[in-house]
Amino acid sequence: MKKKLLSAVIAGFMAATPVMAELTFSALSYRTGAYGNNGIPFADGYLDYFTLLQERDGGIGGESIRVIECETAYNTEKGVECYEATKGEGVLSYSPLSTGITYQLIPKATADGIALHTMGYGRTSAKNGQIFRNVFNFPANYWDGASVGIKHLLDINNGDIKGKKVALVYHNSAYGKEPIRTLEELSKKHGYELMLLPVDHPGQEQKSQWLQIRREKPDYVLMWGWGVMNPVAIQEAVNIRYPMENFIGVWWSGSENDVLPAGDKATGYKALAFHAVNSDFPIFDDIKKYVVDTGKAAGAGDQVGTVLYNRGMYNAMLITEAARKAQEIAGKSNISQADMIKGFEALEMTDARMEELGLGGFGPSFSVSCENHGGDGMVAVAQWDAGAAKWSIVSDFQASDMSVIQPLIDEDSGAFAAENNLSPNCS
Amino acid sequence: MPDQLIYAIEVFFNGLMAGVLYALVALGFVLIYKASGIFNYAQGVMALFAAMTLVGVMEGQVPFAHLINAVLGTKVHHFGWHLPALVGIVSTVLVMVVLAWLVQRVIFKHLVGQEPIILFMATIGLAYFMEGLGDMMWGSEIKKLDVGLPQGINLWIDEATYNIFDYGFFIDNLDIVATIIAITLVGSLVIFAQYTKEGRAMRAVADDHQAALSVGVSLNFIWIMVWSVAGFVALVAGIMWGTKSGVQFSLSLIALKALPVLMLGGFTSIPGAIVGGLIIGVGEKLFEFLVGPLIGGATENWFAYVLALLLLVFRPQGLFGEKIIERV
Amino acid sequence: MFYREAGDFSTTYREDSQTFPIKFDRYRYYAVLIIAFAIIPFLLNDYWVNAIFLPFLIYSIAAIGLNILTGYCGQVSLGTGGFMAVGAYATYKLMTAFPEVSMVVHILLAGGVTAFVGVLFGLPSLRIKGFYLAVATLAAQFFLVWLFNRVPWFYNYSASGQINSPERTLFGIPITGANTEPWAVYLFCLVFVTISAVVARNLTRGAMGRKWMAIRDMDIAAEIIGVNPLTAKLSAFAISSFFVGVSGALFFSVYLGAVEVGEVFGINKSFLVLFMIIIGGLGSIFGSFAGAAFLVLLPVLLKNVLVTGLGWPTDLAAHLEFMIVGFLIIVFLIVEPHGIAQLWRVAKEKLRLWPFPH
Repeated sequence: MKKKLLSAVIAGFMAATPVMAELTFSALSYRTGAYGNNGIPFADGYLDYFTLLQERDGGIGGESIRVIECETAYNTEKGVECYEATKGEGVLSYSPLSTGITYQLIPKATADGIALHTMGYGRTSAKNGQIFRNVFNFPANYWDGASVGIKHLLDINNGDIKGKKVALVYHNSAYGKEPIRTLEELSKKHGYELMLLPVDHPGQEQKSQWLQIRREKPDYVLMWGWGVMNPVAIQEAVNIRYPMENFIGVWWSGSENDVLPAGDKATGYKALAFHAVNSDFPIFDDIKKYVVDTGKAAGAGDQVGTVLYNRGMYNAMLITEAARKAQEIAGKSNISQADMIKGFEALEMTDARMEELGLGGFGPSFSVSCENHGGDGMVAVAQWDAGAAKWSIVSDFQASDMSVIQPLIDEDSGAFAAENNLSPNCS
Repeated sequence: MPDQLIYAIEVFFNGLMAGVLYALVALGFVLIYKASGIFNYAQGVMALFAAMTLVGVMEGQVPFAHLINAVLGTKVHHFGWHLPALVGIVSTVLVMVVLAWLVQRVIFKHLVGQEPIILFMATIGLAYFMEGLGDMMWGSEIKKLDVGLPQGINLWIDEATYNIFDYGFFIDNLDIVATIIAITLVGSLVIFAQYTKEGRAMRAVADDHQAALSVGVSLNFIWIMVWSVAGFVALVAGIMWGTKSGVQFSLSLIALKALPVLMLGGFTSIPGAIVGGLIIGVGEKLFEFLVGPLIGGATENWFAYVLALLLLVFRPQGLFGEKIIERV
Repeated sequence: MFYREAGDFSTTYREDSQTFPIKFDRYRYYAVLIIAFAIIPFLLNDYWVNAIFLPFLIYSIAAIGLNILTGYCGQVSLGTGGFMAVGAYATYKLMTAFPEVSMVVHILLAGGVTAFVGVLFGLPSLRIKGFYLAVATLAAQFFLVWLFNRVPWFYNYSASGQINSPERTLFGIPITGANTEPWAVYLFCLVFVTISAVVARNLTRGAMGRKWMAIRDMDIAAEIIGVNPLTAKLSAFAISSFFVGVSGALFFSVYLGAVEVGEVFGINKSFLVLFMIIIGGLGSIFGSFAGAAFLVLLPVLLKNVLVTGLGWPTDLAAHLEFMIVGFLIIVFLIVEPHGIAQLWRVAKEKLRLWPFPH
């Protein structure tokens, strides 16, 4: 007994020996902690897609898939532990899912030559692939989000928002502060007035912020919220009877979890989205058939088709498509970590390909290149209908205003390059 | 009246209401600290656990469903019933009483007479344990809690003030309900403590353990009772906050909002918790309103502590705390 | 048998008052140092360093710091996270402003800055005691985190408010940034840990430590026998904060490399370090190490056993991990309320008498 325990303990500290005969992916999920309720559907969707490929197609290009799940609880130290524990196993790509962990892994993964894919979060200037060679943040980043949010306001105001007042309610952290620069630049261009309202973690109590909104009556409210901050903010907006259609959240503030607690009155609340937010796609039939009904689903199976589930699935889909591309480029099915980076860099998501995958129109078509690791920044606006308990996309996918964002990206990535003695390089 | 003053009055009232909610959390701390000298770090987690249990019972969730499914490979999730709120609350109270009994029986029975910091540490262990247990029992996804409390702006106040000031005040119905409940709760606690046998025994224990023991008061019983009452208070706090934000992990962090209240009001005073809560609520809201815009906002988290700190420098035992008499 | 004072004669006062008066203890201590400095560096890989040794070593420094304040001087503090943040931001500002100066200097200076801030927030301790003080130090925690988040100067106006540690070398070997060797960062931290432990041990044995302990045991009595509570308490705050600051500096620059203040140095960190010293043992340098080891290793171990070993779903494992940690804390307190250090002391006492305990 003692010996058994001892060996279990020793095994516990040792990272398992690498098995290279399969394609290994990582899932740094967070199913516990302050943000766990958002992490669960995402992780379920992410894992279910890999399971689907494995069950239905037997893997990618004939290679079977192995996914190592590691719980980070959205905590940077655990994230580092997860990274170090799994990187020896030939993991092809990491999706850290938290801004903090991303910033930490960028230098580490760069040194180790492993791809990072941060979809809709992370370091925005990683779009500049000449400096961040192995970091990818397609199809959209926060600055795209901020820009398209403003574009949406322009659209509904016939192109003129001069003199309007736009409030930004944001999580007082690195993540929440991301859009501020972009919004400030855009306010110079379009002449609206920007009002900043930080909310400290966790954001359980936001009366002050919403009383201020009630007093100063901004025409529009944007929100960069996360965790419990979202449902509380939406509830408070309902309470002060703020017109919900003028209240727009970023994609991380636009899941069912955020609007359901506020009930019927949340109808009309908008959120940005870079992928479809409903379940009318053929792929869900396959997921049901091959994954949920066979009892292989990562979660309880009740999250299928929700916004965050879709996002997790979309993320997995982009990664696996990049792996296919890498197989194509390398001319072999058993790709290495370096091949995977090339696969990401040459990824092309066309409508035809999406159709083939059973995901026609799920997200915008885009392509990645060495110069541009961020895709085209196509973002749409979704709206919540509490009666039907459904999100639906209400605008077209439109591109962000690169004339404003590009200088910011150049500046930030330039600063990173200077700090780390990198020179832009695409060969 | 100038606009700023009217706004300040509105902020003041909202601060009062927020203060009531803080006081509700602080109350649970005070009860336990007074009776047993334990600084119960787990109070916030208890609120979360109580709210989770309430939702779980009302929605007919199968406890430990995930664990059962993972171990046995079954697919159980719901019993398939929906219970009215009252039944849910009664069963949750029962659960909290059992929990109080267990806590006393398993943990604090063995720690009688230990230093305060050790007891404090034990409640931290308890908090960890309950955090895991709650998630394991009911799952960590967000849950909507609806026990039929009204929410949203109170239109009557809005209109009445609009007619007077030309600006309608915003007062949340939920806050009004919370205030009424808090007043009832404190009132009944006071009546309980003053006029019932158990209540008197509780006060006797709070005054002097040994003296109470020598006149035949069962310390064990009193402590279980106090933990049960604190569990009930936690449930009330959990319902109030959970209605607003849904029941999820961050609910356990409301304990942090109660700490400055405790400092200000004193760890041993029930009226102190109420007054402290009101002062903190009003103080932080007014500070955010008046000074916040100048220094970039989001001051509420630290302002409460700094306010309490400044006060403590002048009155080290808090507003209503017992004077610490030291002998050499 | 071999753990005896017998036959170990001290012929000078110096010998009599050394840290490890028993020969066996002394040899064990040298052996630990030799293993730590000369053997472990050759066996390390990235995982062991980044997941186990660095957090353990760095938390040990923080725990030593807090133990001086709480364990020796009796002032409970929940501002550790905030003070670690001061250390981290101070090194960040220093290492970006003076890239040519050695990291060792930066880290020590960061400790000094933190000591200053610590004294500032320690002033209320002259009036406030016990849990009131603990909660009062939370003011430091929340205020400092807010400040670092709020004032862009602290993070050099970077777009996201994160701070990143650029690459710095010592004797030509990188110790911060991405291209570090496991053994280099390990040794770098180990040197700091060893010096901290030796300094702390000797401070607490000396006049200063005795003053602190007098204040802890009864402040009024201490005042009567001539201990100045002002200098005693503030020196404890200063020295404690210095160590905490050094640990914060290492935590940011060597271990994590990128930090967002609210997430990394939040209130949880304060509680974590406090748990470490209570579990390890208040008023014991060894206890600081034991507590840090317990709370760093246990979660990693549990996770690996449950997930990698037994193949549990990660979320169930995480919940169970919480339950087990909580359960163990309670069991520990019931069995031995004075922490692992006390267990160790009892074991040594028994060993001394073994095999004839009567």
